[in-house]
Amino acid sequence: MNIDFYERIWMWAAGVIIAAFIAVIGVSTVAYGLHPPSHIETIEPSKIFTDPRFSKLGQPVEMPDGTIEVQMAAMMFSFAPNEVRVPAGRRVRFRLTSADVTHGFMISGTNANTMLVPGYISQFTTVFTRPGDYLIVCHEFCGNGHHIMSGRLIVEEAK
Amino acid sequence: MTATGVIAQQPDRPGIDTFARLALANIGVAIAAFGVASAMAIMQALSRANLELPFRSAGMYYMSVTAHGTLMAIVFTTFFIMGFGYVVARHALGGALAMRRTAWLSFWMAVLGTVAAVAVILAGKATVLYTFYPPLKAHPAFYIGLTLVVVGSWGWALVMLRALRVWRVANPGRRIPLSVYGYAATIIVWLLATIGVAAEMLLQLIPWSLGWWATVDPVLARMLFWWFGHPLVYFWLLPAYVVWYGLLPAAAGGKLFSEPLGRVVFAMFVLLSTPVGFHHQFMDPGVSSSWKLFHTFNTLLILYPSFVTAFTIVASLEIAGRMRGGQGVFGWIRRLPWGNPLVSSVILSMLLFAIGGWGGAINASFGMNAVIHNTSWVPGHFHTTVGSASALTFMGTCYLVVPQLLRRRLELVPMARVQPWLWFLGMLLFSIPTHLTGLTGMPRRVFDPRYGDHPTAVSWHWLTNLSAVGGMVLFASALFFVLVMLFTLFGPRVADEAIEFSEPLEDPGTKGALLDRLGLLTALAAALIFIAYGYPIWQHLQMPRFGSPGFSPF
Repeated sequence: MNIDFYERIWMWAAGVIIAAFIAVIGVSTVAYGLHPPSHIETIEPSKIFTDPRFSKLGQPVEMPDGTIEVQMAAMMFSFAPNEVRVPAGRRVRFRLTSADVTHGFMISGTNANTMLVPGYISQFTTVFTRPGDYLIVCHEFCGNGHHIMSGRLIVEEAK
Repeated sequence: MTATGVIAQQPDRPGIDTFARLALANIGVAIAAFGVASAMAIMQALSRANLELPFRSAGMYYMSVTAHGTLMAIVFTTFFIMGFGYVVARHALGGALAMRRTAWLSFWMAVLGTVAAVAVILAGKATVLYTFYPPLKAHPAFYIGLTLVVVGSWGWALVMLRALRVWRVANPGRRIPLSVYGYAATIIVWLLATIGVAAEMLLQLIPWSLGWWATVDPVLARMLFWWFGHPLVYFWLLPAYVVWYGLLPAAAGGKLFSEPLGRVVFAMFVLLSTPVGFHHQFMDPGVSSSWKLFHTFNTLLILYPSFVTAFTIVASLEIAGRMRGGQGVFGWIRRLPWGNPLVSSVILSMLLFAIGGWGGAINASFGMNAVIHNTSWVPGHFHTTVGSASALTFMGTCYLVVPQLLRRRLELVPMARVQPWLWFLGMLLFSIPTHLTGLTGMPRRVFDPRYGDHPTAVSWHWLTNLSAVGGMVLFASALFFVLVMLFTLFGPRVADEAIEFSEPLEDPGTKGALLDRLGLLTALAAALIFIAYGYPIWQHLQMPRFGSPGFSPF
């Protein structure tokens, strides 16, 4: 196929850009373990408040390896608990699920973001480096009270 | 049956033939849906800017988001694409239409489905948004109505493929015209994509909404939805590309720069449109990250045909500008026929699509997606893609095609000339602030983003106000478009003129003839889907799962 010289350059450049995108994502995934929250664990959505895996709602728990585990439940139209305090600079593992419809969980201004789908447990681990008062929002439409469904994350100075 | 028997001229009423009547009926429904959806949109833009308006309520807002999304993303696009498909088949293939009865039956089925779905939405019984994620549960008429729209579109696809088959039998050895090739790609993408949503509707949502089944698995529903939901965007985009490749170079007074590469572009979309849906589910639990990564790579590969398109179309415009006497590096741009609303619409839609394309690459980037997932960045993004590349191109196409089909003169021409610029300006004002609020974590689809005046939420105010101004400009543009169409409906009659398709700079000869083997392409695409979805869904079905009963909190 006879391809124009400039077009040939353009096609190679486009190919190189896409290869670079793929390489960056590949390296960050393999070398830095950076991947989206993809935990696979199921739960009976009508029984989350009696399930031992969610017995510590509202009380961050320190795990043996020093990670702090935060358990939260989402329901129309609030988070339980709706205010969480964690220290800066520590590994924090969030474990979350929904009691009714599909909700979303995002800590505004950070990349802490996951869907909360009933019947499934969402889990991700992160570190907050900057102390402050962060807004938590539900980002998936969950009914007419969707816009009031929010919470707060207070990141405290490490002691 | 001989080919001539099939294409024999059916008795038509003198004046407008069946192809044209079908095209007009479909495009008419599309424009009506567009008008209603635009009215919903202005209300939403004002609501997000926290303007207190009479009748402003959360229930009204979320209902109108559902109506806007369904009418714009599904009804306007699908009906326009079906109508314009008939136009392309009529002009590029010639001959009369076989299967007229199927064509009309499909049209009325899709209309019936639309009416049913929109009626329950407006009655407030289906406020589940156009993504209808369970366990939010709508009235069964919503799911059944949308299913009828899809079934109607299958009937249309059958009629179109039949017209192509008849042409190929009657013209052995001739290359499929590029615009028809692009439409065939659109249809193949659509047929493969709608398998997913058909399964979701028939095996999950319809029986569940009728009360036959108590629960539904929401993650499985999301997988099936996005099997359909991402190729849906290429179903919107490919007919726009048909206009860019097939009509724009001719309308601008030039030639198509590289015909064979156009075929490569459409073939790549057939292969890669569907095995990419997990990039909408990066933040989902219950889906493994390695399958998400596989879909990421496919998504990045599908940027390629759009990169190639950018070069080909700009080069074709340059040829047009120089054929019209343009000189120098940029002089050809001024010589383009900017007064032709099709030309200005398409060029402006391409500029907006450039923003959308780069934003899309960010969305697709596995890790970076966490910053913007489900924030207002996402509607900011897709208003520059489907809301610009597709919608603005479709409006521009209407200025060419609707008068031709009606055999009437285009009326209110000055308004038609201003309208694409208003859309461009309005979209920049709407979409850039909407992207920016998303970056700092403002969720999409919220009635009122005040959040108790948290400092983060306060920082969004001036941006949502700016995007409301953009919404008003967009609404003015939409109004101009609808008015031009309405006046043209009653404009003075003119003689029938054929629509001019672009001539390639060089005849393709037999270059890339392998690409014309549509059956082979379809089989390869199906195999890729089988890999990308077959194993993850099979694996998903193996684990212990707990279904959800329905909720209707609206």
